[in-house]
Amino acid sequence: MSWAWFHRFASPPYFYSLTLRLAPWLGWPAGLLIVGGLYGGLVLAPPDYQQSDAFRIVYVHAPAAWVSLMSYSLMAFAAAVGLIWRMKVAHAVAAACAPVGASITAVCLVTGMLWGQPMWGTYWAWDPRLVFELVLLFFFLGYMGLRSAIDDVSRADRASAVLAVVGVVNVPIVHFSVTWWNSLHQAPSVMRMQEAAMPASMLVPLLMSFLGFTLYFYAVMLVRARAEVLRRDRGGSWVRDVLAARGKAA
Amino acid sequence: MIREPSALHAAAQILRRDLKLAFRRPGEWLQPVAFFLIVTMLFPLALDPELSRLRQLAPGALWVAALLASILAIEFLFREDGRDGTLEQYALSGHSFAWLLLAKTAAHWLLTGLPLAIAAPLAALGLGAPAAALPGILAALLLGSVSLSLLGAIGAGLTLGIRRGGALLSLLVLPLAIPTLVFGARATQLAIQGDSLAGPLYLLAALGVFGLTLAPLAAAAAVRISLE
Amino acid sequence: MREFLDMSGYAAYVWPSVGLTLAVLLANVYWARRLVRSAQAEARRRLASGAQS
Repeated sequence: MSWAWFHRFASPPYFYSLTLRLAPWLGWPAGLLIVGGLYGGLVLAPPDYQQSDAFRIVYVHAPAAWVSLMSYSLMAFAAAVGLIWRMKVAHAVAAACAPVGASITAVCLVTGMLWGQPMWGTYWAWDPRLVFELVLLFFFLGYMGLRSAIDDVSRADRASAVLAVVGVVNVPIVHFSVTWWNSLHQAPSVMRMQEAAMPASMLVPLLMSFLGFTLYFYAVMLVRARAEVLRRDRGGSWVRDVLAARGKAA
Repeated sequence: MIREPSALHAAAQILRRDLKLAFRRPGEWLQPVAFFLIVTMLFPLALDPELSRLRQLAPGALWVAALLASILAIEFLFREDGRDGTLEQYALSGHSFAWLLLAKTAAHWLLTGLPLAIAAPLAALGLGAPAAALPGILAALLLGSVSLSLLGAIGAGLTLGIRRGGALLSLLVLPLAIPTLVFGARATQLAIQGDSLAGPLYLLAALGVFGLTLAPLAAAAAVRISLE
Repeated sequence: MREFLDMSGYAAYVWPSVGLTLAVLLANVYWARRLVRSAQAEARRRLASGAQS
């Protein structure tokens, strides 16, 4: 198997132009899918027989939960690739994942709280999923804090990459410990989510929302990664060409 | 002819050197223990001195205080040696850097983790734990403090070159320490209730073994990056 | 319409969730574009100062 594609992907000019072409192809479908999913979920889908209209928070909460986990995994994966092959582009991707992932994780937490109040009668329950999301947010904040504390970009890349990899090794252990802890202190009043089969009118908007949030994350992440690549490769002659081409287009 | 010291010998020398240096300044490694005792003393003052209620919050108070005390201590793990070039010598010594850092971490555990574990039964008595619970509490803290020292070594390596890295260090290490806290507090709770605490102790031991195998590698990578 | 907005009494939970999510999604797009612009401006400054020396 040829590794040519791998090296081409690792070249900053190629990656830069790739993100330039790819971002709109991800961003616009993402916008349409999210709007469509929300319309289907908030307007068309029937109310849930147990949770009535409060269940509609699922259309923003569940995709946010998925994206928060996906962005952390992608960040750690990109960081590991950057660490192992000393690849600037991979470090740029990892750096681009963190702020987007952190903000989506915060969205997941707040919407979870807003869902908890009508369903559990409290904004914050020490539910293992909520706790796990909170820990994920702290992982993101630690990663960003370490990155911003180191001035040299290359050092910040590698130090934060070590942290991301250590964090991702810890994620399953944290998940296990939190679930284990919760099984000991299970409050009987907390209602469990119903895992009943959803009718298509509920499920289809949810799937649209999931896909939309995923594409959205990649679109925004690639735009950020473009800036990160530019910051890491200022000396390259391709930067002059890219900026000149942009100047002409503008 | 100069013979290369074996890896074991090199680690033993580092251990001896760090212990000797620390005993010259006993204030530095006694402070975290004093901090631990003060924090556990604050809980009854802030809450409710009634023994039955103190007993309920004792596991949490002990472990949160132990966590904070070990973070406080770990900040200085690599600082001196990073500044005066000792760590660079270790990196160039030809021995596995991770192995030498493990020796340093072991010395650090002997100076802070071990005293913390020994002080814990004392603090537990103050929090209303029955005397029968003390061996279990000692065991839980002995095992848990190993993981805390190892996780702290990663954080200390990452924040080595950063000025005022203390707050950042706790932001990095505390989320990683959640499993240790959960299992340790549970073991302490079972010990105070007089139940068998084998389950959480095994989990703590598993965390310790897992940390022993992987944390020195991560710490070595982190210190190498910080030294550049 | 009013019934729809009322969300059978859960309006105070559903609409802030949706509003907050959309606000964060849009803000992320804005932040990302601003980051690109500032990185481009910085690169341009560097090129200009490099050309002078």
